[in-house]
Amino acid sequence: MSSPGSTDTSLADYMRPVLAGSHVTATAFLDTTAVFALGDGTVILANGETTSRLNAHDGASILVAVADGKHLVTGGDDGRVMRINSTGKIEEIGKAPSGAWIDAVAVGPDGAVAWSAGKKAHVRDGKGALFTLDLPSSGRGLCFAPKGFQLYIARYNGVTLWFPRTQGTPKEVAWKGSHLDVTASADGRFVVSTMQENEMHGWRLADNGNMRMSGYPSKVRSMSWSHDGKWLASSGADAAIVWPFMTRDGPMGKPPLELGIRPSRVERVAFHPKAPVLAVGYKDGCIWFIRMDDESILQARSAGEGGPVTALAWSGDGSMLSFGSEEGSAGVLPLPKV
Amino acid sequence: MSDKIPVTVLTGYLGAGKTTLLNRILSEQHGKRYAVIVNEFGEIGIDNELVVGADEEVFEMNNGCICCTVRGDLIRIIEGLMKRKGKFDAIIVETTGLADPAPVAQTFFVDEEVQDNARLDAVVTVADAKWLTDRLKDAPEAKNQIAFADVILLNKTDLVTPAEVEEVEARIRGINPYARVIRTVKSQVPLSEVLDRGAFDLERILELEPAFLETGDGHDHHGHDHGHDHHEHGPDCGCGHDHHDHDHDHGHLHAHGGGGLKHYHDEHMQSVALTVSGDVDPEKFIPWVQDLAQSDGQNFLRWKGILSFKDEPRRYVFQGVHMILDGDLQREWKPGEKRDSKLVFIGKDLDKAKLQAGFEATAA
Ligand SMILES: [Zn+2]
Ligand SMILES: [Zn+2]
Repeated sequence: MSSPGSTDTSLADYMRPVLAGSHVTATAFLDTTAVFALGDGTVILANGETTSRLNAHDGASILVAVADGKHLVTGGDDGRVMRINSTGKIEEIGKAPSGAWIDAVAVGPDGAVAWSAGKKAHVRDGKGALFTLDLPSSGRGLCFAPKGFQLYIARYNGVTLWFPRTQGTPKEVAWKGSHLDVTASADGRFVVSTMQENEMHGWRLADNGNMRMSGYPSKVRSMSWSHDGKWLASSGADAAIVWPFMTRDGPMGKPPLELGIRPSRVERVAFHPKAPVLAVGYKDGCIWFIRMDDESILQARSAGEGGPVTALAWSGDGSMLSFGSEEGSAGVLPLPKV
Repeated sequence: MSDKIPVTVLTGYLGAGKTTLLNRILSEQHGKRYAVIVNEFGEIGIDNELVVGADEEVFEMNNGCICCTVRGDLIRIIEGLMKRKGKFDAIIVETTGLADPAPVAQTFFVDEEVQDNARLDAVVTVADAKWLTDRLKDAPEAKNQIAFADVILLNKTDLVTPAEVEEVEARIRGINPYARVIRTVKSQVPLSEVLDRGAFDLERILELEPAFLETGDGHDHHGHDHGHDHHEHGPDCGCGHDHHDHDHDHGHLHAHGGGGLKHYHDEHMQSVALTVSGDVDPEKFIPWVQDLAQSDGQNFLRWKGILSFKDEPRRYVFQGVHMILDGDLQREWKPGEKRDSKLVFIGKDLDKAKLQAGFEATAA
């Protein structure tokens, strides 16, 4: 790798543009097929030169979407939760009452899917059994725990830790304020949320220890774990803020890395699935690859077109990156070996 | 600013006629597409794909400031609506009769993404001419909604006598002399009087003289021909006393010539209008308002200002809700336009002398 825009300008030549034409809510890979979930309710599947468009949420908007490598799960402002596979097969797997929106979706073990709509969270396990939980406030972010059949729900004043198959009151980790997104470390030791207050909050589950990760100029809306689980990258500043999680105490007392400082806000971060390389998407449309060990930089997309980067994803083998923007530009970039 | 989506907040006590107005907005042919955020989803009789149910979740910001509250559901919904950018022209937020308008308004100043994408156009309060006077006595929410309003629909005027309409409008004026009051029956009002007002542009502060606002000249300013603004011209009240000087007894009222409209002064909710002729010094003004927000912001429901800054060709326009302030430089002063600096406050237990002295000390 070298400095941006020097000998590697050829990288952009490999880019296969995808004409999304609408806000790109999320992107992901289903095997080798790149998928794009859009604000106009459609989903684009792109494999090589072949692209197709599915009308997943007719006339509605896809607000949230997430994938497990085999299926894309989308939630819309039509209150519907849809599951789509790489052949373009669509099935409705959940529906909220009239007028409610799907606020968050998550995918879990054995084909389990979770979604929230207002003050209710739902889980559908791989066999189709449905579980519902009433929440004290809207479920804003969801993720499954890395082990066991457990859902984490970010909401006002904390995160609910829910075992859907278990009766009784779910546990919670509390912290005052509005929690937006939630993620768990692969070893299950840490739960981390993003907050309305321009910060992240973490809990050590072993002892309920709190970790405040603050100092961001903007809200953090994107988090990504490194392949080895040692680092958690985040958006919300004019660099990717990358917190060390390799020790028992997490990032407490340690400064984060600031990677890819540019005069534009980082909107999305995505760690490579196999190598210590971070993809960073900025508000001005620029995308950089940053290698952790020497902080060298490769420019994948130049600033300017399409508005803020809203979606970034690596293929499972790390050979391709897909991206999308607020104004509906999108693309797939096959990579030279990193 | 212009490509931000205008947001109209519709408040009003239960049964005042809010839903009737909302259904009219959605059914009338006006060529505009509205996204509507409602509480009682079933109330809306009109099929509209962009009607979304809200929870009125008021969140405290975790920053140690007790009045920093926002509507978490609004932040979430506006974020979602932005994925449909270009598919609608404006947003209407309906609140329940019990809702405090402050967190709704503050959401538009506190949340960065909301602020980037949407602008609060006006707070429209629907009031029941028959019951408002009672509600002002027993329901603090009703008083807050009147104090917060940019536009007040004084509705159901057919159910009361003309004298009673005068009475209740005087009560409204005693709390909020800056809102546009429109008398209606069955919420029948030209929608242009309610929507996309740019009321938050605050032009009216400069155009309105508070003394005039408190007068009645004997005919109905509001019941006819909405093609122009009656408040911008007309005779001065001339009643010769300061309506806002609160060293007189609370509950003071007097009648005077012309229409004989009564003047009420609400016991705890008042307004204060201040003027400095000419420029203020931003180096003095900005620190003063910031300190004022900290010390007295809890008592200020709404405050607004248009300032002439020294050596600045553009007008500085700001507005505040409690301790939260939002201001920027907007259009240039026009040639011949009188460069005065004006502030208005609507709030509880306002100390006019202190505010006046503080403001005057910022004069350039
Ligand atoms: Zn505050
Ligand atoms: Zn008078």
